[in-house]
Amino acid sequence: MKHFALAGNPNCGKTTLFNGLTGSTAHVGNWPGVTVDKRDGVYKKCAEPISIVDLPGIYSLSPYTPEEVIARNYILDEKPDCVINIVDATNLERNLYLTTQILEMDVPVIIALNMMDAVEKNGDKIDANELEKRLGVPVVKISALRNKGLSELMDKAYNESKKQRQGYTVLEESDIAHLIVDVKTALSGENVANPLFHAIKLVEGDEIEVSMHKEVLGVVEAFKKTYDNDIFGNDFEALVADGRYKYISKHFAAVFQRKSKEKFTLTKSDKADKVLTHKIWGIPIFLLILFAIFHVTFSEDFLFLGSIFNLPSLADLGLADPITEEPLTYGAKWLSVVYNGGVMSPGVIINNIWNEMMVGELFGWIQGLVEESNMSPWAIGLLNDGIIEGVGSVLSFLPPILVLFLFFSILEDSGYMARIAFILDRIFRRFGLSGRAFMPMIMGFGCSVPAMINTRTLADENERTATVRVIPFFSCGAKLPILTAIAGAMVVALGVGNADLITFAMYVLGIAVAILSVLLMRSTTLKGETPPFIMELPSYHAPQFKNLMLHLWDKTKHFIKKAFTIILASTIVIWLLTHFSFSWKLLGDEQVNDSILANIAMLLQPLFTPLGFGSQTGEYGWVFIVAVVAGLIAKENVIGTFATLAACLSAVAGLDFGNLVLEAADGVDAVRAMIMATGISAPALISFIAFNMTTIPCFAAVGTAKSELQNKKRFNWTLLFWIASSYIVGTVIYTVGSWWWTCFIWMAVIAAVVFAIVFYNKRRSKRSSNL
Amino acid sequence: MEKTLDQFTVGECGIVRSVAGEGKIKRRLFDMGITPGAEILLRKKAPLGDPLEVTIRGYELTLRKSEACCVTMRIDGSTSTAAKKEGD
Repeated sequence: MKHFALAGNPNCGKTTLFNGLTGSTAHVGNWPGVTVDKRDGVYKKCAEPISIVDLPGIYSLSPYTPEEVIARNYILDEKPDCVINIVDATNLERNLYLTTQILEMDVPVIIALNMMDAVEKNGDKIDANELEKRLGVPVVKISALRNKGLSELMDKAYNESKKQRQGYTVLEESDIAHLIVDVKTALSGENVANPLFHAIKLVEGDEIEVSMHKEVLGVVEAFKKTYDNDIFGNDFEALVADGRYKYISKHFAAVFQRKSKEKFTLTKSDKADKVLTHKIWGIPIFLLILFAIFHVTFSEDFLFLGSIFNLPSLADLGLADPITEEPLTYGAKWLSVVYNGGVMSPGVIINNIWNEMMVGELFGWIQGLVEESNMSPWAIGLLNDGIIEGVGSVLSFLPPILVLFLFFSILEDSGYMARIAFILDRIFRRFGLSGRAFMPMIMGFGCSVPAMINTRTLADENERTATVRVIPFFSCGAKLPILTAIAGAMVVALGVGNADLITFAMYVLGIAVAILSVLLMRSTTLKGETPPFIMELPSYHAPQFKNLMLHLWDKTKHFIKKAFTIILASTIVIWLLTHFSFSWKLLGDEQVNDSILANIAMLLQPLFTPLGFGSQTGEYGWVFIVAVVAGLIAKENVIGTFATLAACLSAVAGLDFGNLVLEAADGVDAVRAMIMATGISAPALISFIAFNMTTIPCFAAVGTAKSELQNKKRFNWTLLFWIASSYIVGTVIYTVGSWWWTCFIWMAVIAAVVFAIVFYNKRRSKRSSNL
Repeated sequence: MEKTLDQFTVGECGIVRSVAGEGKIKRRLFDMGITPGAEILLRKKAPLGDPLEVTIRGYELTLRKSEACCVTMRIDGSTSTAAKKEGD
């Protein structure tokens, strides 16, 4: 099978083209650097199937960022049959800069001129035939978004792949042309493949090349000594970059015809930008948007209508039971989906329809069927209390995750996310990070795995490590169930606070812990210069409906797959461990305390005493430890475990959960049952949430961190860091929440640590300056 | 007149004369199109005064003041007044 590579600048529509060609649903966003690893698919509409590899977006083939090295090594080592270079027509000059570098390799190349529709809409013109003549390789106009010109592109690329092409450079007119020819001849003599490309990189003094071809370096060094240019001196790297742009502006100005003579015109995108990044309003608007997203997703009092107009609750109206707040009629149940003393926000309505009306009814029905079947009691227990309960409580959190994810996709797709980095860079720099680190962090609210992969856009190794470590603190979609279920249960069972507020506060706590950790790491173990922030700001555009739906579908698939594989497996394991003793005797629900799991967890229980959910939670307190351990597999498991265990505990003599409906999957009720069984206090519950939020993330995220950090020692320290941070955060919350005066002790500890670090750093810098 | 890019006021426009700085940063500036002879307009500053947003070679680029000070600019009287009218 032939294989083609897609190469081009970040954000030039490469991934959209890849999706169009292969029918895959790779993640697309209006943000430079969304593809950070190469990815492949198959194009089937040609004479033979063609494997297509989507390379990360790059501006150049310099050795400085990992993406550039990935792309460069792929083209050099894997020798694709053809490179499809996607060029964003709205940004011809900078895109052709990369093209001039790719053309230097001995590989067939074809140019896909993308976003021509946008150029023509502005009334500008690009002469594709002229471009083709000047570049010496075929140029095809396409619209990746509208799937236009793709078959023509692939047919031509297929033709090209049958030919041989010799590398060609635009630097023939520059001062160093002779040097390049000399080095190339020397390399050819040694049978090096792609001699022209290597020759130019060697002349640039490229780190990777210099170590590879030490023997030829003498030629460059000798020439360097004799050369002096009045602008660049003998900096050949600068001379080469300048030569490329000079050539492009000289030769391709004729190709591009602007309608208006104004060089800098004000477009719609600029007008939007003026408001969104306004000097005074920029930051408030950003905070407002963030708040609005959470309000629309989680609030049970949409636009605060209920509080403003003092609307009556369903119980006040006589439609619901005044104590349990259960709706009395089927009609009232439907009404409760959208209204209860306040209008529900769209996110909550979707959630209610899904949970009350679909998952709840469906799973209740299935559980009823199982109950009435002639299966043996243990099988009924495993199916109903183990599997259905566990999977149901996980599925019940699909709506908020999707709604939240939809909003982040809109922000990313529209191009606003890049502006957020622009606005926040100044703040991030204080913590020793660049505004770019914001993207992986905010992605962490969706899922840690893609977020950690995205840290590859950060050039500095120490910044990357610090970012990977704090990403789990940005509470991901799977941790949301822990927040909402526990917060919901606290409000109902302990009468503490307001569920929205607790949820929001926990998000803020996660961010605060992340900031503190980064500060601590950047001033101790992961020191380094603040990395540069030189980034393209993409034009704003309306989010693509198709694109958004692809994102959501992808996420749903991923989540459901997880629910029915890893989570299903772990609920079964937990059920088995809670229903068998060490002597492999089947236990009744009421004997849960003799189970294998309970025994192991009880051993660990004292360890969690400082966090409030250890020994003081008594006989049944081990459930929290089991939940924590299960959470290491997947965070959805924490509440899933509660649901499974609550069903057991309710059967235990003396534990009456009153009117709690435990047969239907409901995270809040499961937590309420836990509170009643263990008598856990409010600070301990908050500490439990915080512990789960800041501790070792799920299997998948740990695996990703391992592959992203590469260095084994760094990875081990990362695991230790997660354990330590969660233990400390949990302890602080529990002690201060239970005995307010302990905050003075903690303050003293923090002051001592800060003083020690500052003192140590000062002495070190003094010592190094003395040397 | 010559000054570095970080000293520009919003709406000011000039031509790159030379680029200094440490290897990695300088290469990045070059790769993004900031080479001698290129025309740069300072579009705006972020709400906290830093980083800067510039228009170069027909697209928007953001960079910090600390990076912009590596770029020495030449300003002709004509270009800067023309741009002043348009900026706010």
